[in-house]
Amino acid sequence: MTSTLELKRKSIQIRMDVLQLIHGAQTGHTGGSLSNSDILTVLYYSVMRHDPSRANWPGRDRFIASKGHSVESLWCILADLGYFPKEELKTYCQFGTRLIGHPNNKVPGIEMNTGALGHGLSISVGMAMGAKMNGEPYRVFCLMGDGEQAEGSIWEAAMAAAHYKLDNLIGIIDRNRLQISGGTEDVMGLEPLGSKWEAFGWQVTQVDGNDIPGLSDVLHAVPLQRGKPTLIIANTVKGKGVSFAENQPEWHHHVPNDVELRLALEQLSAELSVYSE
Amino acid sequence: MNQIPNRQVICETLLRLARLDPDIVVLTSDSRGSAAMAPFAQALPEQFVETGIAEQNLVGIAAGLAHSGKKPFVASPACFLSMRSIEQVKVDVAYSKMNVKLIGISGGVSYGPLGMSHHSLQDIAVVRAIPNMAVLLPADRHETKKMIEALVEFEGGAYVRIGRNPVQDVYSSDEYEFRIGKAIQLREGQDLTLIAAGETVRIALDACELLTRDGICCRVLNLHTIKPLDVDAIVAAAKETGRIITLEEHSVFGGLGAAVAEVTSRYCPVPVHILGIPDEPAIAGKTAEIFNYYGISPENVQQIAHRLMQKQEMYE
Repeated sequence: MTSTLELKRKSIQIRMDVLQLIHGAQTGHTGGSLSNSDILTVLYYSVMRHDPSRANWPGRDRFIASKGHSVESLWCILADLGYFPKEELKTYCQFGTRLIGHPNNKVPGIEMNTGALGHGLSISVGMAMGAKMNGEPYRVFCLMGDGEQAEGSIWEAAMAAAHYKLDNLIGIIDRNRLQISGGTEDVMGLEPLGSKWEAFGWQVTQVDGNDIPGLSDVLHAVPLQRGKPTLIIANTVKGKGVSFAENQPEWHHHVPNDVELRLALEQLSAELSVYSE
Repeated sequence: MNQIPNRQVICETLLRLARLDPDIVVLTSDSRGSAAMAPFAQALPEQFVETGIAEQNLVGIAAGLAHSGKKPFVASPACFLSMRSIEQVKVDVAYSKMNVKLIGISGGVSYGPLGMSHHSLQDIAVVRAIPNMAVLLPADRHETKKMIEALVEFEGGAYVRIGRNPVQDVYSSDEYEFRIGKAIQLREGQDLTLIAAGETVRIALDACELLTRDGICCRVLNLHTIKPLDVDAIVAAAKETGRIITLEEHSVFGGLGAAVAEVTSRYCPVPVHILGIPDEPAIAGKTAEIFNYYGISPENVQQIAHRLMQKQEMYE
């Protein structure tokens, strides 16, 4: 297993890659990709069983990005792991690319096309159910947004996952408390979010979603209870790691200009050097 | 008169095949009764998934199951399956290229007295416009059986629409060749062609008989697969008979008739009369009453055919 220090360094590097990717293409969802970088880093470099050289290995854990718009961190991680050549990141959002602005299952490492919010958990329920039917040990990790929690289909899937006792299903909410129009509690109040999931029959826990050791502990401990799906509310900071982007709703899909990019990379480099000593 | 509804045939066929293939899974949304799937649920509970009244989740779960190597058959009322869950059909099934079969039960005006909420008269138009989706309608119980058998072998997304009640046989047995995407010529003729799908095939055959007595020799095509479309059969009909009447239990917009006209307008422009439900919330009633009200009947087809033969259908 990769050490938490190495994971921390990796997550900072991924953030730098994300900013360069978005700046290069002049499009992308910056805030959410920075908030979920730590979650994805812990999943892909430590928790999930997978093999970049055999993307379709049947025993792999499945990852579904239900909040598909934050795909930039996923592209950077998949490239870093060797699912496709890093060089290809240059094609992100360019004409004819397969590295579009949402997960695309023409790319090795992507299971399903997502992007329309509220779909990922139902798909994940089907996958977790399929694993049980086939007697296969793989787990399904589904990353949702918090704004996405307003989609009714999420709650249809939540009901079904508990009904079918899918303890091989782990839902994670990137709880950065912001969505495109502002604060989640102003746009459509979600709280008490944990109690809602508990009422739907899930085993719920909260974690600092930008704290690598904490994330690592909880994600290695799943399922939290046999016979129940697990829901992890990962409390994150939108725009995490870049001071002027943190907690700013406009950074949902703000593209850093040249100056912002330079400043952001300086901040992240400084943070990286702290963890490299 | 046949007493076996197509939905019962689907259940029997899937049950028989699923006993041999554990990957075949049936999903319903509290619709096992109306889909006649209760025997399947009872016989193979491990291959049956109930989602409750949640059609979006129903299709999303089916896509996830397909991703896991399962062969899901989703049976839910056509009105909900083709509308409430259409984004899941578009994204999770079609776009992600999942092997999911959607059976729209009680389609068209099967729920005639229940009103527009329960009619599915836009489903073919909607699903047909989505890439990677096949669209099929069986004409009778024999074709239903053959269609389901073919779909078990077919890799990809498909939407099948059936009615609720037993329909009169079109075929005397299942001893004929059925291929997805290949129209079946039921009657040969040179004067005009009647093209139908699903329950209107029987009406086309009856109309053909009336017209034969009038000395008009009709070709009848059973276009059981509306997508992928048998372009060759349609072009041949246009070239060889010069006039087409289409019959469908669907809006006159975007369905079978539109699919036919899209082909003829490009390759062989001929008059195409699209007979279906006009652009209005359909009147309430039993299927036969609604069909008669809108002229989806052998007698009305006979009259349209005479007008077409006398070139009286010109736009003025």
